[in-house]
Amino acid sequence: MDLIEWAQSPWGRQIPIHVSWSLLWVSAIGGLVFLIVHAIYVRYWAKPVTAAADSSTLDTARIPERVARHSLGARLFHGIMALAMFALLLTAFLPKVGVRFAWVTYHWIAGIVLTISVIYHIIHASFWLDFWSIWPNNEDMEDASRRVSRALGQSAPPPRKFAKYPLENKLYHLVVTLAGLAVIGTGVFMMKRVHTPFLTRNPYLFSDMTWGWMYVLHGLAGIGFIALVTIHIYFAIRPEKLFITKSMIFGWMSREHYLEHYDPRRWPAAEQVSAAVRPESKKATA
Amino acid sequence: MAVIHDVIPAFELFQPTTVDDALGLLGRQGEKSWVLAGGLDSFDWFKDRIKRPDVVIDLSQIKELRGVRTVDDGLEIGAMTTLTEVVRHPIVREKYSLLPNAAESAASPQIRNQGTIGGNVSQDARCWYYRGGWPCYRAGGNICYADTPTGLNREHAILDADRCVAVNPSDTAPALIALDAKMVIRTPRGERVVNAEDYFIGPAIDITRMTILRPGDLLTAIRIPSTWAGAQFYFEKVRDRSVWDFALVNVAAALVTSGSTIERIRLAVNGVAAHPVRLKGVEAAVLGKPRNEETAELAGQLAIRGAQPLQYNGYKVPLMRNLVKRAIRDVAA
Repeated sequence: MDLIEWAQSPWGRQIPIHVSWSLLWVSAIGGLVFLIVHAIYVRYWAKPVTAAADSSTLDTARIPERVARHSLGARLFHGIMALAMFALLLTAFLPKVGVRFAWVTYHWIAGIVLTISVIYHIIHASFWLDFWSIWPNNEDMEDASRRVSRALGQSAPPPRKFAKYPLENKLYHLVVTLAGLAVIGTGVFMMKRVHTPFLTRNPYLFSDMTWGWMYVLHGLAGIGFIALVTIHIYFAIRPEKLFITKSMIFGWMSREHYLEHYDPRRWPAAEQVSAAVRPESKKATA
Repeated sequence: MAVIHDVIPAFELFQPTTVDDALGLLGRQGEKSWVLAGGLDSFDWFKDRIKRPDVVIDLSQIKELRGVRTVDDGLEIGAMTTLTEVVRHPIVREKYSLLPNAAESAASPQIRNQGTIGGNVSQDARCWYYRGGWPCYRAGGNICYADTPTGLNREHAILDADRCVAVNPSDTAPALIALDAKMVIRTPRGERVVNAEDYFIGPAIDITRMTILRPGDLLTAIRIPSTWAGAQFYFEKVRDRSVWDFALVNVAAALVTSGSTIERIRLAVNGVAAHPVRLKGVEAAVLGKPRNEETAELAGQLAIRGAQPLQYNGYKVPLMRNLVKRAIRDVAA
């Protein structure tokens, strides 16, 4: 199976034209295999999670009943981005599997929505959120090493509880960032190939070779999103992760979940005044 | 790139004698097979060595696909009926003269003797970039060479272009739409009957196909209901030369009038988009109006709404407008 489809340009050069569409099945099946294997592993082999005691001397009474996790802006971004992503995937790949409809206009409109939402997210995360909280750091690597060692039966100190985002979240975000920037970066230029109200069409903006690689990159990243979205949905609906999913919907998680899974030193919540905290809760924690 | 050769590449030839056998072969051979009707479109592809099917399924030996039959509500024309047979058939000439007029305008007498009505409505685009083997959208690539600042697009689309600007070249297609014909399609899942106007698809829906036929499907017949039998018809085709040429624009109309008032009308044009275009807006606008110069002018103006000419085909806009105008004004009583 070829990864890329090639053609001969009018000038006799071999040029890539797009990624092989059979790869979308590889991505879809790969995503399904991952979640099946993971589910079996968790069900039959995974050891109970043990974490080191909190490194802070925490007055738990100062932690609100509802620990604010995602601001309204962040949740709106996530929802809009998810809708745009679903629209992009459906409009891109349903025609490839035989569902025929006029997809191009819907696709670029969804692409614009995704682009604007990502620009908003970058600005919001850079200036209003803890920008570095989503990027892997040395502590994450050290804890990952400990967890792998312990899973393999070797002796290692217990890993610390998580910061705001576990390493898995951070790695997923990193991959999605790369794939997202790839589809957005190429997609913006690809809009010069179709008629839109915003851009003057110019198919000669790049050479055939450059356009070809752009289509290949767009296709590869897009196909990659099939597996990425499948895996994301799988983790979102796993029972032990539902409290995280709910926090993306409602903006907060309970004090119990917070204390059970997160290290207040790495993700301090004691000082925050949650907008989600009810007046009686405030009184209770005062 | 296209290089004309004397000998076409080798393929395995099957000549089934029944539709069931043909469908069985199509099912077994899948996308590597090619359905051959009259061969006028197919042999171009083969000789240019752009399409290289492993298997060719020739329908010429299937008798049930040939001939014109009278059915309860009109006529049924087998997909393998030649254009000449359609043109000469007495009932077709008497009751549905729009169709023979359109069929007779196709190509040349020799080609009409060989070409079939099923092939005529299912033929591929004639854009020379596409036919020349260039890796355009329609060929599975990522560009339309005709829709570029230097592209030669005099014959291309002014309506409904979506990345690809090729046009449908069929002469019989708009006539069949005007006659409210039904296309009978046999698929692996059974028989399917669709309206002629739904048989054709544009690049927005599927940029690599001209019709709804999928691999394994077979157009077996075209049914023409009696609804429009004996109506007033108009067909006109404008082309660069009088014979053996594709339409720059053609128009087909079927009207029923009461006095001079238009009571019913169906109107379609081809050569302006990747699919024949039924002008529903025009039909609605002229319904109930007198068939005169004013109504014809209105029809022409409405017809070209939304037209987006390319660099070299701006002439198609007034051409289409005037053909539609004439279809309303000059239709034979």
